[in-house]
Parts: sequence; structure tokens; C-alpha cells
Amino acid sequence: MKEKRFWLRTVILAIMLAAIGYTIYSNVFVEKRAIQVGDSAPDFVLTDLNGNKIQLSDYRGKGVFLNFWGTWCKPCEKEMPYINSQYNVYKNEGVEVIAVNVGEAKVTVQTFVDRFQLTFPVVIDQQDQVMNAYNIGPLPATFLIDKEGKIVDIITGTMTEEDVKKYMERIKP
Amino acid sequence: MVQLSSTLLYIAFVLYLIATLFFGGAIRIKKKEGLDRWATLGIVVTIIGFIAQLGYFITRWIAAGHAPVSNLFEFTTFFGMMLVGAFIVIYFIYKTSLLGLFTLPIAILVIAYASMFPREISPLIPALQSDWLHIHVTTAAAGEAILAISFAAGLIYLIRVVDQSKSSKRTFWLEFVLFFLISTLGFVIVTTSFRVAGYEATFEWIDKNGKQDEMVYHMPALVGPHEGVLKTEGRMTPLIDMPAIINARKLNTVIWSLLSGFALYGLLRLVLRKRIAAALQPLVRNVNLDLVDEIGYRSVAIGFPVFTLGALIFAMIWAQIAWTRFWGWDPKEVWALITWLFYAAFLHLRLSKGWHGERSAWLAVIGFAIIMFNLVAVNLVIAGLHSYAGS
Amino acid sequence: MEQVKCECGHVNPIGTVLCEACGKPLEEVPMLLDMRYEGSARRSQTYNQTIVDKIWNFFSSVKVGIWLIVITLVASAIGTIYPQQMYIPPTVSPAEYYEQQYGWLGKWYYALGFHDLYSSWWYMLLIALIGVSLVICSLDRVVPLYRALNNQRVTRNEQFLQRQRLFSRAQATDYETALRHVVDKLTKRGYRIREENGNILAEKGRFSRWGPYVNHIGLIIFLIGAMLRFVPGMYVDENMWIREGEIKEIPGTKGKYFLENKKFIFEVYEKEKEKEAFQPAIDRVGSGMMAKNYQTDVVLYERVGPVVAGEEPKLKRIKSFSIRVNEPLKHDHYALYQVDFKLDELKNMSFHLTDKQTNKSFGTITIDLIQPEKEYDLGNGYKVQLLSYFPDFYFDENGNPNTRSKVPNNPAFVFKMFAPDRPKGEVSFTAIRQTIEPLGDNKYKMSFAGIETRNVSALTVRRDFTLWILGVGGAIFMIGLIQGMYWNHRRVWIQRINDEVLVAAHTNKNWFGLKKELEGIFNDTPFVMPIDQADKRS
Repeated sequence: MKEKRFWLRTVILAIMLAAIGYTIYSNVFVEKRAIQVGDSAPDFVLTDLNGNKIQLSDYRGKGVFLNFWGTWCKPCEKEMPYINSQYNVYKNEGVEVIAVNVGEAKVTVQTFVDRFQLTFPVVIDQQDQVMNAYNIGPLPATFLIDKEGKIVDIITGTMTEEDVKKYMERIKP
Repeated sequence: MVQLSSTLLYIAFVLYLIATLFFGGAIRIKKKEGLDRWATLGIVVTIIGFIAQLGYFITRWIAAGHAPVSNLFEFTTFFGMMLVGAFIVIYFIYKTSLLGLFTLPIAILVIAYASMFPREISPLIPALQSDWLHIHVTTAAAGEAILAISFAAGLIYLIRVVDQSKSSKRTFWLEFVLFFLISTLGFVIVTTSFRVAGYEATFEWIDKNGKQDEMVYHMPALVGPHEGVLKTEGRMTPLIDMPAIINARKLNTVIWSLLSGFALYGLLRLVLRKRIAAALQPLVRNVNLDLVDEIGYRSVAIGFPVFTLGALIFAMIWAQIAWTRFWGWDPKEVWALITWLFYAAFLHLRLSKGWHGERSAWLAVIGFAIIMFNLVAVNLVIAGLHSYAGS
Repeated sequence: MEQVKCECGHVNPIGTVLCEACGKPLEEVPMLLDMRYEGSARRSQTYNQTIVDKIWNFFSSVKVGIWLIVITLVASAIGTIYPQQMYIPPTVSPAEYYEQQYGWLGKWYYALGFHDLYSSWWYMLLIALIGVSLVICSLDRVVPLYRALNNQRVTRNEQFLQRQRLFSRAQATDYETALRHVVDKLTKRGYRIREENGNILAEKGRFSRWGPYVNHIGLIIFLIGAMLRFVPGMYVDENMWIREGEIKEIPGTKGKYFLENKKFIFEVYEKEKEKEAFQPAIDRVGSGMMAKNYQTDVVLYERVGPVVAGEEPKLKRIKSFSIRVNEPLKHDHYALYQVDFKLDELKNMSFHLTDKQTNKSFGTITIDLIQPEKEYDLGNGYKVQLLSYFPDFYFDENGNPNTRSKVPNNPAFVFKMFAPDRPKGEVSFTAIRQTIEPLGDNKYKMSFAGIETRNVSALTVRRDFTLWILGVGGAIFMIGLIQGMYWNHRRVWIQRINDEVLVAAHTNKNWFGLKKELEGIFNDTPFVMPIDQADKRS
């Protein structure tokens, strides 16, 4: 009887402790994101500035450095040249860059691309669909996607050239 | 219709005053066999007053096209009406005329206080255009009013039991409570006086964002706004300027109310030559303490579910519809939760810890203070989604 | 387990104050019995051994529960002194905001975390501990109470009877007839009668005793609902801005739903249009100063076929709806709410290509400010190229033209104007009320010809699978509350002991009501109406 009561109490307390712990932990200490590291990257299809369709699933087998940016975002502007130069190193090792502009006018984007002479594909997410799918908040946001299409890491904030190199190294197939 | 409505409210107000006098008469004459004529007269007049106020409510509803609970004046008046309604119900259960002598003056004060705010019939802003306005606000007000009856009962209990032969913490706090009631009266008197006199003083001042603005006072400025410059000639210059984050006009009103409260209180003490509670004590000498305690407890027992339904459950349903979320930690919501938690604690203390009698009466007083804080301070001082366009 | 055997033969758990069966006090008790929980033994207080028991016993105390309530109450109140973080302007840093607005008090308010009190871990912990207290307090009390009420016997110990608050004792004359009469009346008033050797237990409203436990269950369900919100997928809360004429994916729907904004309507109360009764109020705030309606007329679409983000969607129309405040659009558990708007955002801008000297125009171009063309051909050898476009123009810290966002708040353009007499083109930087000719004096200019605007509506997207759980919890809570508060548990015992009739009565609340009822029952019987012994005492 006493034994039974002890276990009953232990079980009830443990259940409550677990529920409370989970709630507080997930609310206070975990960033709420619809998309997380380890998820498979949502597929998308967008058109680049030359009118070519770029589909993420076509890049299976390669590492994809997926960068969301806008022309007004200063950190984006700063890291673009780094991405460009590292891209030229890593594209031969199977790392691709897709730069998704967050729905600006084509003219504006074109001017920017010309100014920095970007060589990787730049696509424009005209209807915010891809931004929604990746739950993009503040810019820049970078998703590292491995050759299986899994998200390896999500980086928000500015990167140095060293960082870019390191990240590309991580997703090299 | 609008005119008729205001007249009915005025009639109700006067009838409540008269009824209070009758209930007072009922105390003076000692009777053993049942109810006397005075008490019967008192309750009849109260009921007629209640019907008149109901008439105010209905005619105003017709005139506006929506239930008149959409601004501070309307809500507070409705609260007063519910208070009288709750009293009538309790009266027919317990037949204590003494409760009328304490409840009606509180209702009168509440209605008088309400009349100090803009009284026009206002159209509804989009957020208020919902049937939930009537459902939520009326239920919440009814719940608060029933809970407030426990305050009246608690007050009677305390006046009866607190030992007035020597000064103590209990006598101090009891006087403190009475002082606040008197200050409300002071607020009404001061506001009305300056309004009748047509007092107006305009200030130019700098708000907290550094922008210049105008502020119009309807009472002489004891405290002025931040870097205020008096623009109206021949008006009193403030004794001191307030920092920008304090609403100087509201503070000024509060100071005037407290000062007039002090004056009235002082005057009463001079005339009576004893504590107010001590002067009131003979009125309650013959009261059955157990009965008063039970009235207080029952009004909480009846009011708590109504309050929960109106101020929390209906509130959440409406908030989900109008504000996209059922709960948003808006100050008014939080204070409704605080009120609820308080009465939950009250009930647990009573049921499980045996807090009856005087302790229970003190709790009823604190509960009423919380309700009043939610009604007055949260609307006027703490800005939030609920803050009515009051002045 | 240790047990206490009463003289009536019933075996009670240790800690029992009043025998579960006959009610005889088993411990020293005051003159009037404390009938809370029927004097049954609250389980936890009876022994105290392991750490689990200690924790359990801690939360089993109502005192602890009340303290938790009071602490939560005080903390909640402190959180309303200054606005919470979610109500301050989103563009400012909270650390600076609180200090700037409220001085050193504000600084401490922020430092101590009161600016985000209600989602702080310790506030949530407080609420959670109240939940724990609810569970344990209820479990510990409901079981013994159930046992006690179930085991109660009709025939009670004399001490139990005479220590009830309502009690009377009288000589028994013609006991049987009188008893029939009283039983009859009690039955009419809804009492259930149990009889044993000529003794009576009349009882009604026992179910109200379960009210507190029912409402506690409701609260626990409510709290569980609140917890589930943090489970991924239970809750969606997104925002979208949508321009008139736009079709956009609804965020949070995983690409499944699209919305078209047909029109946004903003109305105000105008003096002339409103009824007489409203005139004074409108006068006070000013005509046209008070909002009457915020409305977005929308069409909801569902995407057909597989979802690939970015792909031009095939859409199936579902319904048209006018979203207003208080009238969200609901579909498939999603709800779309009107929350904000922006009037007159620039849509198109028109320019004439003109000769600066003669002011002669060679054609007009209209630029779509969301997606401008690269080139506008005006015929006859006149054309305009758009070299750069800054929708929200400003000069950055290096003095270069730049844009703050993609929203056309302040559009600026770099045009290259071609004319038969200027085949290489002239470059002009054109912004609102500002023209710069960076490469020297031009012959032609782009002169402003007009704008077209449209409204933008902000909608909130919600889906909350926890709502029904909260609803069920709330409903159960209300049922329990009403059950416990609006009914009461009344019992009357009538017993003959040695030619005397003992009558005792008890209620868990509303003694006044019980006394009135008993007066009606006993007034014309030989039994003596029980007297309130609490009265005698005071």
C-alpha cells in the first residue's frame, strides 16, 4: 500500500515536472522558428535575372549556400563580395551559392549585382513565398544545406570572409 | 430620448439618496417584530430608483443603438446600477435594512463619480463594434457589483467589531477606508464646483517626446505640466512643475480630491469629536455579526462565478475575436486576473483556513480596493488597450 | 498501515479527526466540530518519510497554494506599472526606452526583467507551481472526502450530534408520528432520507461538495492547453502586409492558401452623416477624428497541386470576404484579422520627358513602383532608360543614393534620356522635388506628371489548436464553480436516544438558508427546531 502510494506520487510528480520543464525550456530558452537545423530544406523554384529557373532540388548532391538579402541591408552589402570570392574558390568543389533577394524591383537588384559583379545566381522572391517557407526575419539570413538537402546550420547576422570560407567548407560534399 | 435618459438617471440618483435616509430611519427606531415601515419605504424607493435607472439604461441604449457601457461614464454608472440591483436581491434574501444604509451611499458615490467624466453618447470605434461588448461588460460589471456587496457587509462588520475605545492599527485602517470614500465625495464636489464656475486654464508644455503641446485644466493648477507656461490670464500659477512622464492634470485632480477629502474629513472629526467609525458604531450596534459575515461571504460566493464568466471567460472569447489573441497581458486584463486571484485566495482562506469574521471582512475591503483600482487607476493612469477616452 | 478503530467498530485511517462512520471525535476537538473535509484524514499529513513524500506534502498544503496565489498576484501587479515590452514601440531598444521614459526606476524595471515579466521563466514557474498545487491538494482531499461521505452512517455518535452548530434536544413524545411528518416535509424539499432503527439522516446537495474538485480539474485542463501552445505545430501567429490588387501567399499556411486584397476601406465618423445623438460626442473629438471602420475586402484562394515555393501557383477560389475588426476571416482553422493599415502608398509615378527650355513634352511614362521597366520607348526616337531605382531613397553616410527598404515611400530614379538630338543620352537623378544632373547640364528633363496610390492592409494570421482545450477547461471550471458555489450540502440528523429526540443539522455554507428551511419544516411538529449554538457563544 505504502509502496504503491510512493510510486504513484513519484510518477505524478515526474509527469508534472517534465511538462513544466519542457514548457519553460521551449518557451524561454529555444528560439521559436518554424524551420530548424536538421530539417530538410524546403524546395523552391525562382527565376534569376537572366530568366533561368533555379530549383533547389536540382542541386541535390552539392552543398548549397543559400543567402537571403536585400539591397538596403548594409551587412548584406558587406558580405556579398566575400561570398562572391569564396564562391569562386568552392564552386569547383561542389558548393553552390543561391542568393535570394527578398522581392525588390529587378532594376534595383540588377544595379546591385552589376556593382559587385556577382557571379553566382541571384534570384528574386517576388511573392515572398520562399521567405515564408524559410521563415525569414531580419536580414541577412544564410542557410547551409548539405548534399542530402538537409539544413546544417542557420546563420543570422553578418559574416566575415573567414566565416564564409568556414561555412562553405562545412557543406562541401 | 437622450434628454429623457439623463433625466431618468437624475431621478434614480435622487431616489437613492432618499432611500438611504429611509434606511437610516429604520436603524434609529428599534424594532423587534419584523420589518418596520421605514425599511419598507426604503426598499420601495430603492426599487423605484432602480427602475428609473433601468429606464435610463434602456432609453440610452435605444438612442445610441448600442448598450451604454462603452465609456467610463457609462460603465461606471452601470456598475452603480448593478450594485443597487445586487443589494435589492440580497435584501430580499436577508432583510437587513442596515445593508442599504451602507450600500446605497457607495452606489451614489459611484454614480456621482461617473458623472464627472464626459457624458455624451459616443459612436463605437471598430474594436467595440461587437455583441460581446454587451455580454462581456455587463457580466463583468455585475460580477464586480455583487463582489462589492461584500465590501459593504465587511464595512458594517468592521465598524461593529473594531474597538474604538483606544487607537490601534485597526482603527487607523478603518478610518483610512472611510477617508477614501469621503475623498471620492470631495472629488465630486470640487469637480462640480469648478465646472459650475467654468474654470479653465490653458498651459503650453513639453511632452516626454520633447514636443510642445497644450493642456487645459479645469481646476486651479497646484501642479503644472512639464515646463508648463500658463496661457490663460488671471489663473493660478502652479506651485511646482511635474516631469514629463507624469500626467500633471490627472495628478492635480487627485491632489484636489485628497485635499478636499482631508478638509471634509477634518470637518467631520471636528463636529463629531471622535473617529468617523466610532460615530457610525451606534448605527450598527444591534447587527447580527454572523449574519453580516454570511452576507459578505455569500456575495463573494455568488459574485465570484459571475465575475469569472464576465471578466475572464467572456473577455477571453472577445479578445480572441477582436484582438486576435485571447490574452495579451494588457493592464486591464492583468488586473482582472489579480482580482480573480485575490478572491480565489479569499475563498481558500475562508474555506480551508477558517478565516471568518473580522479577517474575512478586511479581505472584502481589500478586494473592493482592487476592483476600484481596476476601475479607476487602470483606466485613467495605466494606459492600455482598455483605457477609455476619459479626461 | 496504522489505523484507528472507533468504538462503533469502524476502522479509520490514522489522522482521522471524526470517525468516518459515526462521527465520534477521535481527538481533542473544540466544542463545535470543524466539519471541513468531514474531519477525514488528509492523506499526506499522516506520515512523512521519503523526499517524494516531503515534496508532495509541501504542495498538499492549502497554505502553500495561497502563498503561491499571493506571490503571483503581487508579481502580476508589478508588471503593470510600466508598459510591457510588447507594448512599447518596436523600433527602440528596450534597454534605452525604459530608462529614457521612466528614469532610474525604469532602468531597474528593465534590469530586473519586469519589462517582459509574463513570459519570464520564473513567472511561468509560479503559474506552473499553482498548477502542481491544484493537482496535489485536490488529490489529497477528494479521496478521503469521498470515503467519509460514502461511509457515513445514519446513526451517529451522540457527541457528534450535540457538537453540531445547529442542535436541539427534547423529550420524545409520539416520536414515530412526528418523525413521519418531518420526513414527509424533508422529502418534499428534496432531501434524500436514510433510515436506520428509527433514526434519520436527510441529505441534499452532496454533489456541491465536488464543485471545488471539478473546477480544479477545469483549471488544470486550461493550464495544459496553455502549455500545449509551445508544442510545434499547435500554434501559428504571423503577420502580412498586402497591397490593394495584390495576391499573396498567406504566411504560416505552408504555401497552401493565397489572399487577394480587392480593397481596403477606412471610414471615420463624420458629423453630417451620423445621427443626432452622436453629435455632441463627435463635436468634442472633432468630426472625422474617430474611426468607424477598418475593412479589407479579400478573396481567399487555395493552391492546387503540389506546393513548390516560388512557383507561380495555380489557384482555386474559395470565398470572398470582408475582414473587419471583430470579424476575422475563418477557414480551415486559420483566422485572418484586420490589425493595421497604411493609406495611400505610392503605386505609380508618371513623368513627362520635356525640353527644359521650351517645356515641350515628348511623351509620358508611367512607372510601376514595385516592378519598374528597364526601358520606356516613347517613339520618334525618344526613349527613357531606368539605370537605377531606389524605392525608399536616402543619401547614405558615403553620400551615395541608397534605399532604406523595398517599400516605395520615397522613390528616386536614375534616368537616361534619349532623344534624336541626344543619341548618347543624358543622365538625370530624379527624386521627389529634387533633380540632380550628375554629368553636366542637360537639355531634357523628366518632369513630374502625377501619382497613383493605393492602400495597404496588415492582417494577422492565426491558427490555434489549443483553443478548444482551453474552452473545455474553462467550461468545466465554470460548471465546477457554479456547482460548488450555488448549491450547498445540507444534512439533518434526527435520532432518539433514551427517550430524548436529538436534532442536528449541518450545511457547508449558507446557514441562514438552512435555518429558514428548518423553520419551515419543524414549525408545526413536536420536534424542537435546532438552535444555532454559534449564536449562544458570541
